Amino acid sequence: MSGSDQGRGPDVLDVQDRARFEQLVLPHLDAAFNLARWLLRNRADSEDVAQEAMLRACRFFRGFHGGDARAWLLQIVRNTCYTWLEKNRPVELMSEFNEELHQQPSVSPETLAIAGDNRERLTRALETLPPRFREVLVLRELEGCSYKEIASITAIPIGTVMSALARARQRLQRALTVSSPQEASREL
Amino acid sequence: MSCESTRTVLHGYLDGELDATRAAEFERHLESCRECAVALGAEESLRSSLQRSGLYETAPVSLRKKVRADLDGATASSVALRIPSWRGLALAAAFLIVATVSWYAWPQPGRISAGTGPFSAAELIDAHVRSLQPGHLTDVVSSDQHTVKPWFNGKLAFVPPVKDFADEGFALVGARLDVLGGQNVAALVYARRKHIINVFVLPTKEPDTPIHPPGLRQGYQWRHWRHQGMEYCAVSDVSDSDLHELAQLLYQ
Repeated sequence: MSGSDQGRGPDVLDVQDRARFEQLVLPHLDAAFNLARWLLRNRADSEDVAQEAMLRACRFFRGFHGGDARAWLLQIVRNTCYTWLEKNRPVELMSEFNEELHQQPSVSPETLAIAGDNRERLTRALETLPPRFREVLVLRELEGCSYKEIASITAIPIGTVMSALARARQRLQRALTVSSPQEASREL
Repeated sequence: MSCESTRTVLHGYLDGELDATRAAEFERHLESCRECAVALGAEESLRSSLQRSGLYETAPVSLRKKVRADLDGATASSVALRIPSWRGLALAAAFLIVATVSWYAWPQPGRISAGTGPFSAAELIDAHVRSLQPGHLTDVVSSDQHTVKPWFNGKLAFVPPVKDFADEGFALVGARLDVLGGQNVAALVYARRKHIINVFVLPTKEPDTPIHPPGLRQGYQWRHWRHQGMEYCAVSDVSDSDLHELAQLLYQ
């Protein structure tokens, strides 16, 4: 079945829905792409998956009855990304999310400031995190989502968003300062 | 408050997600705990790195174009009104056409040979124009005749025949209830390229007729016929040959 055949299916947008979709959902295309890019770590795949997610959003739009359009769209984007990862890179999804929060020696703000000052290193560190850590960080720090929005997008209970972020930030600190000790020592 | 528990609460504090009581409690703890103060400083530093490094990646132009094209494909009725910026232009063009055509082609009394069934030409055209206003076209949006037909159950005292002719170039867009000349009618909506065709249907006790010659007024065409106990009136701004083609398909 081609895309246009699907488009003519019963879930197609009518003129009024189309206008609402353009007003409410389309402005969040950047957010959709950004989340896909960080989940898939690759621009070309992200473009395809974000496009697919927007099409899905069109089809589901009749079921959207107002509220937070960005969170609604990002939820679809996230699901589309995970479906894609399951199919194309299942190994990436096998990492353990529920690891304990380790008490580790604090890294000094100065050390982190220097390590974090390098965009490439920051990108690499973020990309080494398992997707479930990466997504909460991207949603919080890049997208500026509230805990409530993060909970609705990632389907984790709102009570655990804080600890998920705590673990994700700890992993990122470790990735930035410990994973490349040579680089770190050279720069410090 | 132990450092063990603050290691998580610290993040709620950093993110401004603690309620006032918990935030105050954490601040009291910070005053006496150097370790947590350092940890908070590290988190703040990490946050500002993340936010300053231009990591946010905006959608490429190519994606924007593809999404627009998909949206066009997924929009049921491709009437010219669908893009807001086109709306004004399309309306202006429509008024110009109406004004021009009615100036030259306003039918003189007695010249109308086309059947209009139980309705006047003005009622037909008004109903058609009304349907083109945003949000008025369809109550049920579907190209599936098996979705549209049952939708009428319980809404009208009759069930109109509903067929999709997408293969013939007349895609069923959906349907709605309408009132014509004080009577409840079913309106089936078809799309022919960028044009919308309304087919009004209601039951009749009159005998069948062939498809009547076309009527023309204000730039709109209509065709009327009766077939198997139903009265049909198809109205549109498509060419009469297109309208006649659809009438023939419906007549079968």
